[in-house]
Amino acid sequence: MTELTRQTPTLPSARLVRRARPSRRRRASRGLVAALYPAVFLALVVVAWFLVTATEMVEPYIIPSPADTWAAFTDYPDYLWEHTLVTTRETLAGFAIAALVGVLVAVLMVYSSTLEKTFYPLILFAQVIPKIAIAPLFVVWLGFGTSPKILVAVLMAFFPVVISGISGLRSVDPELLELTSTMGASPVKTFLKVRLPAALPELLSGLKVAATLAVTGAVVGEFVGANSGLGYVILQANGNIDTAMLFAALIIMSLLGVLLFAVIQVAEMFLIPWHASRRNRG
Amino acid sequence: MAAETVDGAARGAGAPSDAPMVDIRGLDVTFHSKGRTVHALSGIDLAIEPGEFLTIAGPSGCGKSTLLRVIAGLTEATAGEVTLRGTPVEGARRDVGFVFQRAALLDWRNARGNILFQAEMRGLPRAWARERADALMEMTGLTGFENAMPYELSGGMQQRVSLCRALLHEPDVLLMDEPFGALDALTRENMNVELRRIWEATGMTVVLVTHSVAEAVYLASRAIVMGPRPGRIIEEFPIDLPGHREYEPTLESPEFRRVSGRVRELLGSAAHAE
Ligand SMILES: Nc1ncnc2c1ncn2[C@@H]1O[C@H](COP(=O)(O)OP(=O)(O)OP(=O)(O)O)[C@@H](O)[C@H]1O
Ligand SMILES: [Mg+2]
Repeated sequence: MTELTRQTPTLPSARLVRRARPSRRRRASRGLVAALYPAVFLALVVVAWFLVTATEMVEPYIIPSPADTWAAFTDYPDYLWEHTLVTTRETLAGFAIAALVGVLVAVLMVYSSTLEKTFYPLILFAQVIPKIAIAPLFVVWLGFGTSPKILVAVLMAFFPVVISGISGLRSVDPELLELTSTMGASPVKTFLKVRLPAALPELLSGLKVAATLAVTGAVVGEFVGANSGLGYVILQANGNIDTAMLFAALIIMSLLGVLLFAVIQVAEMFLIPWHASRRNRG
Repeated sequence: MAAETVDGAARGAGAPSDAPMVDIRGLDVTFHSKGRTVHALSGIDLAIEPGEFLTIAGPSGCGKSTLLRVIAGLTEATAGEVTLRGTPVEGARRDVGFVFQRAALLDWRNARGNILFQAEMRGLPRAWARERADALMEMTGLTGFENAMPYELSGGMQQRVSLCRALLHEPDVLLMDEPFGALDALTRENMNVELRRIWEATGMTVVLVTHSVAEAVYLASRAIVMGPRPGRIIEEFPIDLPGHREYEPTLESPEFRRVSGRVRELLGSAAHAE
């Protein structure tokens, strides 16, 4: 064969000790243990909640008992389900638009300093306007349908995506970029094979924050003017002093946010298994 | 397929056989940053012959990295002429292999994937690249670690992956900026022996920047010492040691001691001159 392959390595191979990866089962059980801590804490909170209401320290209309709250779920499952679906749809639409537009804007700003100088201050300005204050304006513009809710969700979720996208795309090792320039690769190839993968860890953190904000955005939009969705359920329950129903809606809202967050967390397992944040757990 | 081109015979095909591989004349580099002007390199004249192993030593900040980067087209010359294989250097050059002090690997690719990155970016034939990557990994003792991720590799192994990546496309010139600076002494010696062997086997042109006097003298067919402020070449040493060099015997030979003593002296006085 070749001159090259005939050469035998002269190095002592004892130095090449491979570092062990934790096995899949070990990782899974570690995940279960990790879930145990918040579960125990949550159980304690529910017990405290139960004690506070059972001893009648506070009136039921201020804090409903766990049983009453549970009853809200079991007595009105269709009602809650229907409005949960509405909010879920708005949240997902808002999140998806924010993610797509956010990443696109981040890419444009990283590649063009003119665009960055123009739009970065504007985006920052848009971010500091309280969304709840401009939400009524959206109702005036877009009516009572789902679009103003989606718009508020987009506005809430957009900022963390852009910020994490920019800093992720910038986090790539400059030497790596110089190296690719000696390879004569096209900018598109460099983006797809170097910049984007390097940006993923930060981008995914931004998306996790964005997911939870999208839920808040959708509900805020519903507060301002809606006849469906969890925000509407909360307003109705508040008007009827039905705190059990209000608690139920709040719990669903939180679960929605946690669920979206968890989906992205799982996506991380597949997209960035190599990243330190995924390897150094537990 | 790789066989014919890997061997020395095809080296320097782009340039007439007697022309230098790298030709630098009257090179000046100045940096302007934050209102300060740094005269990094001044009046550098240097011709590097095909198949030469040139090492560059010098105190920190004397412009060694800058010189290497100018050859690769990563830093622009302020004045002077730089040609590589007979063509002027304007912008990043594709006909070099570059190894940085840090391995600069893609964290999301395994060892083989990192080496093949070179081929993918250049659009080289896949099957050929794979075969060559495997041959290079065997040559550098990475066999068995093809699928290991960078975080599973020791510093020395990461640097070997980086070296394989720089060699994959059979560059005419291999440029290395303190490639073994971050390694422990023993690994560093091993890598020196290995690099020397690879150079012997391939006959390519290598330019290596180092802080280590032993490395500079052991590896080189010619060593240059640079001085600071502004960065310039203060002396050149043709190294009169046998082509094939066993490590310990070489380090104990009178020629090695003579040259390294002299280099050390120069480096010391260059450092004091600051
Ligand atoms: N991009 C840059 N902008 C401004 N100044 C620079 C730049 N690159 C290098 N310099 C300056 O040029 C001089 C030479 O730098 P260079 O990195 O080439 O030195 P070096 O010999 O490689 O040092 P070391 O041994 O520490 O790596 C230094 O004073 C450095 O501050
Ligand atoms: Mg340097």
